[in-house]
This record gives sequence, C-alpha cells and structure tokens, in this order.
Amino acid sequence: MMNFNFNVAELIFALPELFLLFAISLILLFDLFVSQRLKQFTYYLTQLALLITGFLAFNLIGENATIFSGTFVLDSLGSTFKVFILGFAIIALVYTRHYLKAHDLLRNEYFILAMMSILGMMVMVSGHSLLTLYLGLEIMSLSLYALIATARDRASAIEAALKYFVLGAIASGLLLYGMSMIYGISGSLDIAQISSFASASTLGSQQTLILNFGLVFLVIGIAFKLGAVPFHMWVPDVYQGSPTSVTMFLSTVPKIAAIALLIRLLIDGLGDLQHYWADLFMILAVLSIAIGSLVALTQTNIKRMLAYSTISHIGFVLLGFVTGVVDGYGAAVFYVLAYILMSLAAFGSIIVLNRKGFEADQISDFQGLSKHSPWFALIMLVVMLSMAGVPPFIGFYSKLFILQQVVAQGYVILAVAAVIFAVISAYYYLQIIKTMYFDDVDKEILVSAPLDMKVVLSINGILILVVGLMPSFWMELSVSLF
Amino acid sequence: MDSLLSILIWLPILGAGSVLLIGNNRAQLARWISVGISILVFILSINLFLDFDTSTSSMQFVEKASWIAQFNIFYHLGVDGISMPLIILTTFSTILVIVAGWEVINNRVADYMAAFLIMEGLIIGVFSSMDAILFYVFWESSLVPMLLIIGVWGGQNRVYASIKFFLYTFLGSVFMLVSLIYMYNLSGSFAISEMYTLPLTMVQQSWIFWAFFLAFAVKVPMFPVHTWLPDAHVQAPTGGSVILAAIMLKMGGYGFFRFSLPITPDASSSFATVVIVLSLIAIVYIGFVALVQKDMKKLIAYSSISHMGFVTLGVFALFYIMEMGVNGELISISGGSIESAYLGLEGAMVQMISHGFISAAMFLVVGVLYDRLHSRDISTYGGVVNSMPKFTGFAVLFAMANAGLPGTSGFVGEFMVILGALQANFWFAFLASMTLIVGAAYTLWMVKRVFWGAITNPEVSTLSDINSREFGILAILAIAVLWMGLYPQPVIEVMHASIVNLLEQALTTKLPVLL
Repeated sequence: MMNFNFNVAELIFALPELFLLFAISLILLFDLFVSQRLKQFTYYLTQLALLITGFLAFNLIGENATIFSGTFVLDSLGSTFKVFILGFAIIALVYTRHYLKAHDLLRNEYFILAMMSILGMMVMVSGHSLLTLYLGLEIMSLSLYALIATARDRASAIEAALKYFVLGAIASGLLLYGMSMIYGISGSLDIAQISSFASASTLGSQQTLILNFGLVFLVIGIAFKLGAVPFHMWVPDVYQGSPTSVTMFLSTVPKIAAIALLIRLLIDGLGDLQHYWADLFMILAVLSIAIGSLVALTQTNIKRMLAYSTISHIGFVLLGFVTGVVDGYGAAVFYVLAYILMSLAAFGSIIVLNRKGFEADQISDFQGLSKHSPWFALIMLVVMLSMAGVPPFIGFYSKLFILQQVVAQGYVILAVAAVIFAVISAYYYLQIIKTMYFDDVDKEILVSAPLDMKVVLSINGILILVVGLMPSFWMELSVSLF
Repeated sequence: MDSLLSILIWLPILGAGSVLLIGNNRAQLARWISVGISILVFILSINLFLDFDTSTSSMQFVEKASWIAQFNIFYHLGVDGISMPLIILTTFSTILVIVAGWEVINNRVADYMAAFLIMEGLIIGVFSSMDAILFYVFWESSLVPMLLIIGVWGGQNRVYASIKFFLYTFLGSVFMLVSLIYMYNLSGSFAISEMYTLPLTMVQQSWIFWAFFLAFAVKVPMFPVHTWLPDAHVQAPTGGSVILAAIMLKMGGYGFFRFSLPITPDASSSFATVVIVLSLIAIVYIGFVALVQKDMKKLIAYSSISHMGFVTLGVFALFYIMEMGVNGELISISGGSIESAYLGLEGAMVQMISHGFISAAMFLVVGVLYDRLHSRDISTYGGVVNSMPKFTGFAVLFAMANAGLPGTSGFVGEFMVILGALQANFWFAFLASMTLIVGAAYTLWMVKRVFWGAITNPEVSTLSDINSREFGILAILAIAVLWMGLYPQPVIEVMHASIVNLLEQALTTKLPVLL
C-alpha cells in the first residue's frame, strides 16, 4: 500500500504547475466577468502567465527532488523540458492570435484551453508514477480535442476533433492497458520501483513475458501519441482539418511532452528492457521515415504535407532512442527541439499569409511570395532547407547528431536508409521553394500580420540559422539532461 | 594577414547581405557594390598567391578555432598548392559573372548579385576547409544559391533543371556524409588530416571510396551520372553556367585530390581501372554526343564533361605508373619515371584551371549571342562574323582553346595528362588523344555553322558587335587562356610540392599490417 506523506515545503518544487493552475483559474474568472472592451487583455494575461511559469521553471533547473510520495519528480530534464514547452508555447500563441483574428475565431476559451493543455504537458514531464503520467496525458489530450473543436462552425474541424478524440481515446486505452500489465506484475505505480523490479535478475519467464506484453502496449500508446507509422493514420487528417493555429500547436509542444512520456516510461522505468523496445522502435522509425517521405511527395495541401513531414521527423527522433546510449537520447531530444523550432516557423509562415476572409492552406498560396514579401519568403526558404537537412541550418545538425549516434552503434545500414529518404523528402521541401521563387505568376499576396507576429516570426527564422551556426550549446544541453 | 581565408569567405557573404538590404529597386547601386566587393575579394585573394610558400606541402594561412566541441569539429581553414589556385579561380570568375550580368539581368538584380557573392564565399570555404564537417557544410550549402540562380533566372524548363541539379548532387553527397561520420567514429576526429593517417581495411576503404566517388563523380560529372549537367547548363542564366562549369565542377575534381586518394589509397588503386574506363568513355563517347547537339549551350556542356574526363584520367592513371615498395621507395610499374606520375596529377590540376577559363569563356560567348537573339540554337545563326567581327575574333580563339590548340591553355592540361597516361598504358593515351580529333570536330563545326558562312537569318545581319563591357570580359579571359597556354610554369610551381606529397600519400598503403 502506498503511504502518502504530505509536506508543505515540497510544494515549492511544483511551483510552476501550481502557479499556472492558479493563473488559469484567475484568467478564466477575469474573462467571465470583465466587459467586452477588456476581454482583449485575456491574451496578454495568458502570455504573462506563461512567461512567469517559464521563469519559475527556469529557476528550478538544477534542483532535484521526488515529491508527493514519489509521484512527481523534479530533475533537470523535467525543468528544461518545461522551459522549452512554455517558450515554444509563447511563440505559438503569438502566431495563433493573428490567425484567430483573421478568421473571427477569437474566443478567449482558446487561450484557457491552451494553458490547460500546457499544464497537462508539465504534469506529464514531471510524472514519476504511471498515474501521474496518465493524468497529465489526459489533461493535455482533452484540452487539445476541445481546442480543435473551437472552430465549431467548420465541419472539417469538427471531423478532425472527433477523429482525434476517438483515436486518441483508443491510444490512451492501449497505454492504460499496458500500464495495468506493468502494475499488475510489478505491484507498483512508481517508476523507480518498476525500474528496480524490471532490473532484478530473479525474474521468472512468466514475469518477463507479462512485462514484455505490457511494454508492447506502452510502445504502441506512445507511438500513437507521437504519430509514428503504422499508428500515424490520424495525423494527416487532424492536421489538415484543424484550424491552422491548432495544427501548429499540435505539431509542436505536445511532442516534447510525448518524448517526456517516452523517457519516463521506457528509459527511466523499463530501461533494462531497452533491447526489446529498441527493436520495436527501429521498425517504427524506418517505416515513419519512409512513409513520411514518400507520401508527402504528392500532397497539395501544405498542412497535410507538413503532417507527413512530421511523421518522417518523428522517425529520426525514434532512431536516436534506438541507439540505447545517453548521447543517442540527447541527439533525439536535440532533434525534437530543432524540429519544433522549424515547425513553428513553418506554420508561422503559413499563418502570416492568412488575412480576413483568406485561409492559406494550399502550397499554391505561396506563389509570388518572394516578390511581394521577400523577407518572409526567405524565412520559409530557410525553414524548408533546414527541414530537408541542408547545412548550415539547425535541421542539418540534428540529423548529423542522430546519424553519428546511429553509425556509432553499428547501424550503418539504418543511417544509409535514413539519408536516402532524407534526399527523397528534399523534393517536397523544394516544391515550396519552387512555388515561392520559381513560379512566374503574379498573384497579389498581402502580409497583413501585426508587428508582434512579424517580429517573432523573424526571430524564429533567424534562430534556425543562428543555432545552426552555433549548435554546441543546445547539443550539450540535450545530452546533459540524461 | 592572419585571417585572410576567413575574410575571403565571409566578406562576400556579408557583402551579399548588404546588397540584399539595398534591394532590387536600387539596381544600379546593387550592381556597383557587388562588383566592388568581388574585385576587393579578388585583390585580397592575390595575396594568397604572393605570400604562398611553394617549397612546402603543408597547409598555409591556417586558422583553427573550436566550433562544435562535442564532436571535435573545428573551424579549421588552410590552403595548399592544390586548393590555392582554385580559390583564385573562384574569385576571378565571380567578377566575370557579376560584370556579365550587368545589363542583361534586369529582374531582381540585387538578389542575383547577392546569390553569386554568397556562392563565392561558400565555394572558397569548400576549397579551404580542413575539417570534414566544415567542408560538408560549405559543400552542401553552395547548392542553394545555384538552385535559386537556375530556378529564378533560368530558361523555360528551369524548375525541372534546378530541382534535378539539387537532388542529384544532394543524393551524391549524403553518402559522403555517412562515410565521414563512419570515420569519425573510428578516429574520434573530423579533421581531414586525421583521416589521412587512419588505418582502414580494404572492405572499409572500398565502401568509403564508393561513397566518396558518388559525391565527387556526380559533381565532376563523370559518365554515367552526368545527365543533370546538360539540363542545368541549358536552363541556367549565363552567369550560372559560368560558375557551374568554371568552379562547381572543380569541386568534384578537388574532392578526388583531397579525399579519395589520400583517405582510401588502396581502394583507389584497386578501382583505378573502373574510374579510368569511365573517364575514357566520358572523353570519347560524350565527345561524340557533343557533336550532334543542336543547342550551343548543350554542346558546351557535353564538351565540359568530356574535358573533365581528363581530370579523373590524370588522377587515377598514377596507379598504373607507380607503386610503393616495401621500404617506402617509389617503384615504377610501367617503366615510366616518377615525373610522368607528376605529369598526370599536375596535368589534371592544370586542366581544371584551364577548363575554368575556357568553359567560362565559351558560356559567355553563347551568352553574348543569346542576349541578342534569345536563341541558343546553332541553326538560328550563321555568318555572325559579318556583323560582329570583334566578337568573332574572341569566339574563334576560345573555340581553338576548347579544341586544344597548342599555345592555348586547353592544350597544356590535356597534353600533360596524355603524356602521363602514355606511361601508364598506350591505349589510355590513344583513346584520350581521340579528343583532339573529336573535340576539334564539334568545336570547329559549331564555329563554322555559327560564325562563318552566309547569313541565312536576316536578324543576324542586324546584330551589334560587343560593347566595351563584353569586350573587357572576353579580353581578360583571352589573356588568361593564352597566359596559361604559353607560360603555365607559375601555376605548376605552386602546386608541385603538394602534388609530390599527395602522390606519396596515394601510394602509401593504409591497410593494417598483418603480423
């Protein structure tokens, strides 16, 4: 039986989460009772709350504690992930506001729901028991389903929300089933105790069997959440159907949380079974890279294209976990962070084209951009080249890091397959560049985004180059988390 | 100057930034700034030549700073006798293309100029990198400006050509990346000089050799991976063609010198025959392909492939001439002297430089005609000499150089390689010297159809002769071609020490000693 001790002093370690929860409640009330004129401040309050939460999380970097009777852990991995989640979310919300305004979707519940899902992610990142992890996952997912459905007069968004909800529920169910197996055999929800159970040398074959059985379901659940092939079916439809701002949100911050879930469950918890799940991951990774690269070739909807591109990037991330060494995990984390930075800029570049009554979601909507707005065309050019893995942008170094680890562990064939598909995927990234620069159509493009969005998007684009030129710090940071 | 190489790399790139800021609306200012930067870079690069120590094969103008510490990756620059002439060729050609695009390019002028300046910096980076990842970064990123140049300012079919160019070369080089990573995992360093001393088994060397080969052969380009080049050349604007032919192809040849021979000497030796056969196919067969082209640019593109065949032939013929004895002394296999092995390698280098001048000139010649009549078809022209006598003078000179007429630079490189190849095997030399016939045939036949004869197209009679800008560019190139043809000694002297060193590395086995 678990023994719950509660110590008020422990609360300090969960301060970011507590503060965010408090802020959410407060902003919700604020939005409910203020006059119409003041409602625009909800957005600013949201950003302020996220900023403070990020600051609090940043201050906790370096602290190590396992609190609330071992259900909640604070370590450098958790704190760093939280800082990145909040930082990326702030950028995403800047882009979001322009999109919502352009399409009359600006309702303040959006920001509340976004904060709620971020809270879920933070709980996931710090989860140290199967229960906490699942709780965080559900807080996040339920808020995301609702976020998609905020565009309630769009049939496509409702369809996407339903699809995501049904498939997400199945995934949660599978994950829960796997967890129940693990709990049943190990007798504990605590990650540390599961870990010591799994590493014990006295396991009987029956116990190993059940453990592996549960493990497979955990892997499937995680693969579902990450959108790895063959559990990727929901990704293109949900990406395409959701309002672009939600698509952007979906494709960025939750990935960090999903990676945290993976790390907590499979590395912290079942690290001793690494050779089992690494084999599963290898198949998932190669399939994801292949399918993601090949199917994206024929897409005309840019959101759908980016969905497949995400799947192929997730394949690269999983390759990092296949290696089973600390540097490989670090490479995977670096890849995720790099991918999110690029993905934010990519969706930001789509959103910047949106204006009253004009929904930009086709590749052809980029026609003529290099003439009418050379700067934003240049940013999109950088993002696309970076995603294709062309140096000197960050996307190249993330691939380099992964490939180096993969080759170091002796999987040269895997590396060769990955680079071949990387070349294939370069074709569709080039299609965007071609559309922006080579197509000789004189189409009027108005970039009517507000100044804050333009500034943030510019910084985002420049970061892709600057971190690419000086990747040392991020690489060191990613490896130091393990 | 301690950081001359860094200045040469970053000055054009930062300069390109300022040109972009000037914007396309102030085209004239952008043109002047660009030409100013390119001339400044060229003058600075002359210092490399003047301060160069020809007595040593070690790297000069070295700069080294930590870059990505986790992987032991350094910002490590340096030049030797092989890379230095190529850098000067780059700075020289960049001035030409910027001036050549002066009035011709009216669409997005600042972008055009900036793309060439950025490319100049990146290519200088390729030739001066001493760290494999730094090399790869420059190598890959130099594709991007070329992609845009072909895609934005190219002809009708530019989209197809530019994407084909990019994907072809991208595919070639990713395997090089994997093998560089592989060697890093063996040696713990990305320094190219560390890779030289890394012992590798034959199996390892073979895989690495073919990975390198794919990257460099696509770039050179060698038969049968040459098909992207005619498309790219035909669609590229004149300036793009010039840089592509004069410099980008040399990156492939340079790769053989810098990577293939010293890193995988045993594999290079055992696969030399394959490479030589492919080179001879390029020289002879592609020469015949050039003969039947109706499009002038395509003809010159195929002639480029044929001429670049001499580079790879000259490099790999050395394995038929010399081998290393057990005590480290050089032994002749074929009875030829060590001088003939040098001849092959130095001939290959001279051929690269000379081809840089001649192909640049030939593409500029076509560009001059294209600007006037907007046609590259040979059949459009005929009797151009009647309306453009000055221009025809230059064109015939360059055509002669392309055909390998003694006294022009085209002769020197090819003659040296043929002499070297003769020591290796009579039939190599015999087949290679076929180019003197085929090359003369396709070049002179084109000259005959375009410049001589009666005017069949009334528009040709209205052509105006070259203006002073065009005259200046062509005159400078004419001087370069004749200078290399009559007095190539300074260039050969500069590279000699490095070539001697390279030959030794290429013949020293890296196989682990069996006990």
